[in-house]
Amino acid sequence: MTLLLVALLGGLGAAARFVVDRLIRGRWSRVFPLATVLINVSGSALLGLLSGAMAYHSLAPNAYLVASVGFCGGYTTFSTAMVETVRLAQQGDYRRSVVNALGTLLLAVGAAALGVLVMWLLA
Amino acid sequence: MTPAHHLDPRLVAVVALGGMIGTSGRYLISQAMPSHGGWPIATFIENVLGSFLLGALLEALLRHGKESRRGRIVRLGVGTGVLGGFTTFSSLALELERLLAHHALLTAATYAVASLTCGILACLLGVVLAARHHQWRHAPGPHRADQPVSGEAGR
Repeated sequence: MTLLLVALLGGLGAAARFVVDRLIRGRWSRVFPLATVLINVSGSALLGLLSGAMAYHSLAPNAYLVASVGFCGGYTTFSTAMVETVRLAQQGDYRRSVVNALGTLLLAVGAAALGVLVMWLLA
Repeated sequence: MTPAHHLDPRLVAVVALGGMIGTSGRYLISQAMPSHGGWPIATFIENVLGSFLLGALLEALLRHGKESRRGRIVRLGVGTGVLGGFTTFSSLALELERLLAHHALLTAATYAVASLTCGILACLLGVVLAARHHQWRHAPGPHRADQPVSGEAGR
């Protein structure tokens, strides 16, 4: 049952990523892969909120598991971020490549921390 | 700016189906492999493996030439869906945040550095292997992989 819910929310997350990616790409035509960065940072913020909701607002562990592993995991993607980092380096754009890899990681960790903090403040 | 076919509901469904498969795989691996000593080994393996496979897949499709309808479905279903859903950035971010919150600085640093370097190297390896495989298959001369080498048959 848990596997089924995780799978369904994972599919929903992946579909949401695809739609958000296309919407951002339609408005951002520059080289830097902004769409994936924004997806990964927003998904990390959401996971931080969910983690804080479980820690400080008695969100059920099963609901947390399904939403975090399913939706947040399906929505965010590490592999695409790595492919875009390698592609930038292959084009000789090492500065953007490094900014993309390190910047996404730092912003994502910050966003997750912010999510937890917001739930803690609301407790 | 965004052509309507970019959000073709059938393509969204292809991505969703792939995402269901990739997310299930990640969930099953994470269940079978709980983190030991605070090091989130499951997320690490999923992310590095997924980066290798996506690098190889996208390079292979790119080398294949102009994208056909079937090629697009494979790229969106397997690449964006399965491998995008199989890997996760949010778990990596929250695991790092939790490690930092518990002052496990060394674990957090090694996990962050290992994830990025191994992720990038695995992706690059996938790209290089797919490119080499393509060159080998399409190499001119008598040793084409899709033809029997003359003189060797029956030996």
